[in-house]
Amino acid sequence: MTGASLPAVEAPRLTAHDRLDWTIGAVLLVLLAALPWSGADAYITGLAMKAMILAIAAISLDLLIGQAGLVSLGHAAFIALGAYVTGIALEEGLYDATAILALVIVISALFALITGAISLRTSGVYFIMITLAFGQMLFFATASLSQYGGDDGLTLWSTSELFGTSLLQDEISLFLIILATLALTWIALARLSKSRFGRVLNAARQAPVRVETLGFEVFRYRLAAYTIAGMIAGIAGFLLAHQAEFVSPAAGAWQRSGDLIMMVLIGGIGTRSGALLGAIVFVALEEGLSLVLHEWRLIFGPLLVLLVLFARGGLMAALSRLAGARD
Amino acid sequence: MTAPILHLQGLSKAFGALTVTDGVDLTLMPGECHALIGPNGAGKTTLMQQITGLLAPDAGRILFAGEDITALGPAARAQRGLGRSFQITAVIPGLSVLENAALAVQAKSGSSFRFWRAASAERALNEAAMAVLAPLGLAERAQVQAGSLSHGERRLLELAVALATRPRALMLDEPMAGLGHAEGRALVERLAEIAREVPLLLVEHDMDAVFALAHRVSLLDRGRIIASGAPEAVRADPAARAAYLGEEA
Repeated sequence: MTGASLPAVEAPRLTAHDRLDWTIGAVLLVLLAALPWSGADAYITGLAMKAMILAIAAISLDLLIGQAGLVSLGHAAFIALGAYVTGIALEEGLYDATAILALVIVISALFALITGAISLRTSGVYFIMITLAFGQMLFFATASLSQYGGDDGLTLWSTSELFGTSLLQDEISLFLIILATLALTWIALARLSKSRFGRVLNAARQAPVRVETLGFEVFRYRLAAYTIAGMIAGIAGFLLAHQAEFVSPAAGAWQRSGDLIMMVLIGGIGTRSGALLGAIVFVALEEGLSLVLHEWRLIFGPLLVLLVLFARGGLMAALSRLAGARD
Repeated sequence: MTAPILHLQGLSKAFGALTVTDGVDLTLMPGECHALIGPNGAGKTTLMQQITGLLAPDAGRILFAGEDITALGPAARAQRGLGRSFQITAVIPGLSVLENAALAVQAKSGSSFRFWRAASAERALNEAAMAVLAPLGLAERAQVQAGSLSHGERRLLELAVALATRPRALMLDEPMAGLGHAEGRALVERLAEIAREVPLLLVEHDMDAVFALAHRVSLLDRGRIIASGAPEAVRADPAARAAYLGEEA
């Protein structure tokens, strides 16, 4: 070996930060998995499903915000896209869940490729505005689908069949399918963050010009990340249509995109568990506060301000301080 | 007669009424260390930006290893072997020293569209990274975050990263900037070793370093090359003395 004179390269260590991410992720997923057997009623499991679906989208948004440094204010558009493709397919008599899912993935990827190729020519606040614009375009497009409910949305009277079964109709099996998708998303994006691709993406967030002059076409990496995130949010939309048995333009409203950003911020940027935790806390607060007050955002707003002021880095950073784990 | 590895032909660039590069012809020969000197504002960094593709020239051509690269972007130029270090240190602060170098190795070894396997577990990447870090004395600092290195160490890492892309020619933009006397001397020794393997185009203010390293010196003043030749000849050139060296002496 020619490398004999070189000091040995240390085995890669899992940083305290990574350990916390995996631990919190595992704990949350196990707790969620136990929910259907804990005697929780349909209302609670329904909320949990909603939170898990939003968590899938929030984790994919964190790939953009936390890793690529791209703040998209149009991410909910992909949820709506996935939901509408599912709803329209069912309405038109396509009941095979795998075929619908394939359609959702392909259409989300195409939408992401086209809008991403344009949006990624800009950066910073212009990127926020242009993703918002594309999101709004899709919002009004869905609202104008008069044959599919228009503004009022589309109630799904029939559900898809998974390999000839009605697994996607049964509450428990749907719950488990959503949970499995969430776990898979969590793991895949955690792996991605440590991969070659993730390293380029993270480096380009910090020093784009340097990464470009090393020979990486940063645009292509960002477009790939944007497409992956879009596909995952599209899958979240597919699940949402099954869970709610209803699709409406509101799923893709820009406020929903803002909610997704808040989930990432509440949980802590750059961690899968942060986005997951953020989605759960967001849904819990939204539901809990709206029981107390119709204008629940009046309370939610100040809470968010306090969080930004006193828990920089979100709940994950607060947990990290509690655990005494610093990196 | 060997062909130059880098050849600038009539390169010009203006920002409005201000001409920053004015018909520059310049060659970098294989095995050569060519220093580009000139007063502040002479257009050295702008020229560097055009060579590496961060700025487009208004006129003229850039040939690299015989190929016209004028229309290519920075990544495509880097892929062809045009390496660059920056005047303002551009290491990636959130990555470790090892990861910074391994990222550069990654650029030239296989696709980086790999999404699953941990990059830090790729031995080939890590070993190639250590091979450029060790000679620069950064082996012990491999696991440290680049953001917490001292200024001198960052300059060395910057150089290691540029070398890790295995360049066919290296553009160095003021590698000595901000270094103390001892650090600077050590870096000159390293650069002399590197120059034996890779042709260097060196932009530098430190005249001791320039005269220690360069085979050829070109003097840039207000966007034009006003003197070019062996270091002693440029040092003796009256126009050069008036424009630049005279102020220093």
